[in-house]
Amino acid sequence: MSETTAHAHPHVDVKEFHPRAHAAIHNPKIRQNFRKAMDGLMAKRTAAFEGWDLETLRDLGANIRLKALSNLPDLLEQLEQKLTENGIKVHWAVDGDEACRIVRDICVARDAKSVIKGKSMVSEEMELNHYLQDHGIEALESDLGEYIVQLADETPSHIIMPAIHKNTGEISELMHEKTGTDLSNDVEYLTASARQQLREKFMNADVGVSGVNFAVAETGTLCLVENEGNGRMTTTVPKCHIAVTGIEKVVPSLEDVSALLALLTRSATGQHITTYFNMISSPRKGEELDGPEEVHVVLVDNGRSSIYQDDELLDTLRCIRCGACMNHCPVYTRVGGHTYGTTYPGPIGKILMPHLIGLDEGRHLPTASSLCGACGEVCPVKIPIPDLLVRLRQESVDGDRLHPAKVRGHGAKRSTGEAMIWKGWAWMHASPGIYRLGTGVAAKFRALQPSKAGAWTDFRTVPKLAPKTLHQRMKERGQ
Amino acid sequence: MSSRNIILQRLRNRTGGELTAPECDFSVLKRPDWSTAERIELFEKMIESVHGEVHHCTSDTWIERLAEVLNTRGARNLMIPKEHPIGQAIKASERTDLPELLLYDEPIESWQPYLFNEVDASITSTRGGIAETGSLILWPTPDEPRLMSLVPPVHIAVLNASEIYTTFHEAMISQNWASGMPTNALLISGPSKTADIEQTLAYGVHGPKELIVLVIE
Repeated sequence: MSETTAHAHPHVDVKEFHPRAHAAIHNPKIRQNFRKAMDGLMAKRTAAFEGWDLETLRDLGANIRLKALSNLPDLLEQLEQKLTENGIKVHWAVDGDEACRIVRDICVARDAKSVIKGKSMVSEEMELNHYLQDHGIEALESDLGEYIVQLADETPSHIIMPAIHKNTGEISELMHEKTGTDLSNDVEYLTASARQQLREKFMNADVGVSGVNFAVAETGTLCLVENEGNGRMTTTVPKCHIAVTGIEKVVPSLEDVSALLALLTRSATGQHITTYFNMISSPRKGEELDGPEEVHVVLVDNGRSSIYQDDELLDTLRCIRCGACMNHCPVYTRVGGHTYGTTYPGPIGKILMPHLIGLDEGRHLPTASSLCGACGEVCPVKIPIPDLLVRLRQESVDGDRLHPAKVRGHGAKRSTGEAMIWKGWAWMHASPGIYRLGTGVAAKFRALQPSKAGAWTDFRTVPKLAPKTLHQRMKERGQ
Repeated sequence: MSSRNIILQRLRNRTGGELTAPECDFSVLKRPDWSTAERIELFEKMIESVHGEVHHCTSDTWIERLAEVLNTRGARNLMIPKEHPIGQAIKASERTDLPELLLYDEPIESWQPYLFNEVDASITSTRGGIAETGSLILWPTPDEPRLMSLVPPVHIAVLNASEIYTTFHEAMISQNWASGMPTNALLISGPSKTADIEQTLAYGVHGPKELIVLVIE
């Protein structure tokens, strides 16, 4: 992976996590918007899985993803071969910059001036919109949430519901200011206005860019999951369709898709299925009267092959991007998506982004968690997110002899003082005499124990040392 | 070296241990063997829960019901397939209470604004339904192109009750999808919708505002 693709959000310093978290926690609007949305999503997810053997279904989801990853290079070659046979052009990009260049080159070859986009988190990762705009190509988001976020010149605060941080009033004002719609709290009116504006854009767009939810190797099929129909518009109306996808999205067979789809929509929004499940296997053929004449797929690595090297970190690549981990995360729910300053927020962002931007840049991400375990419990493909957070915490202080660090930027949080304290701690615990002496002295001088211990005691009291150590008490009892 | 080879080589030469593919047991997706009547009932319940509308008809009554559906909405026209028996039956009925009938028989480039701005409703066939999720299976063809079920504000779909499968998994296995996929295959479950503004549902954000299913029993 090239060091230059270390994209976080433009103008956002990922390292400034704490001040942003502090501001978000004290912003009642953000707190209310996220609390309301996340409570609703959690309840809907629970209801959607009623009557299912959820553990067995999650096992199946995990096994399908592991099966795909265990054979990733072969599956990618099979996918490439099938897509090519079907008439779809396949491109490979080592990083986000290369993927952007590939998209631009396709646009330039077609003399395309405008691109309409369906929702794609990989394109956010690539920062494709800014790149195309810098090269004189208009890129317009068509998913309503993404459209709102683009009007506001912001980035998505949730991977499924990009504009969840805004309420109706804020969106109404934004649309009024940017597009001239009337001020209104009527969601139907606002939606209808967006429909009208975007239909014009669909008709005139030269190229449609979409993401991919699953790429099926056995048939060469690109699957897109959506409710609005903008994904279908994007992939059908313009004469050229470009799908961008991470290399980990490939699955062996269509059968696998039926299981992952059942997990994805229920985990994401508590829907039994989305309005549209769109399966694309070729450009327009012979007699067909609509659909793009050219379809391209850009397979984007951007750090994924580095994650793939390690047996434990590999589990990160199982993710099907449902967002359930963030919906259930006590930290995400309180600070919101923008606080993280990264393309993917919440628990999945905390285990994925350090690989994309480096642990030096993303040093605070693995620690922005109480390790409560909710993310791991709801993950539809059973990614052990808490374990991976602990692993990345070890990496950020360079691990130890048994756990050597591998992730780029590792050791960014290592301090010699802390390392020495822990070394001493380990030495003391391995030497019974020293241990007894140390705890005995600490118990004796417990009156000198400080009542404050940094930020930890802002909301807590320090536990007092007992007057006698456990060893002393056991000795007194004659045991 | 090309980016393709760089990526594939990195994946092939991974430093971790040998990866083995676990067994995948799909039996968790199985549902009881519901009767046709139960499948119809569940299909209806599920698609209505996402704002779809179901009408029960027979092969003798569906065109009459179609005319009612269109008239209550004041549709000025209806786009029908040219070759498919559905389109032929509508045309042959010569009913005077049907609106103007339109065909999608030219490449979209030559008449796109008309489709986007003037067509009020369309009717298409389906390749079956899925009871568990209340979904319609569509494989667009030159006779029933992709945009026919997407652009007009009202989409009417004809579904044979005998072709309602229990699950998506069952449908794709029964129809042997793995042997070859069409240019575009779709599952459609309700009209186009969004909840992107404060989680408030709104219909017809990009696609049809209404999805009406005529179930032929």
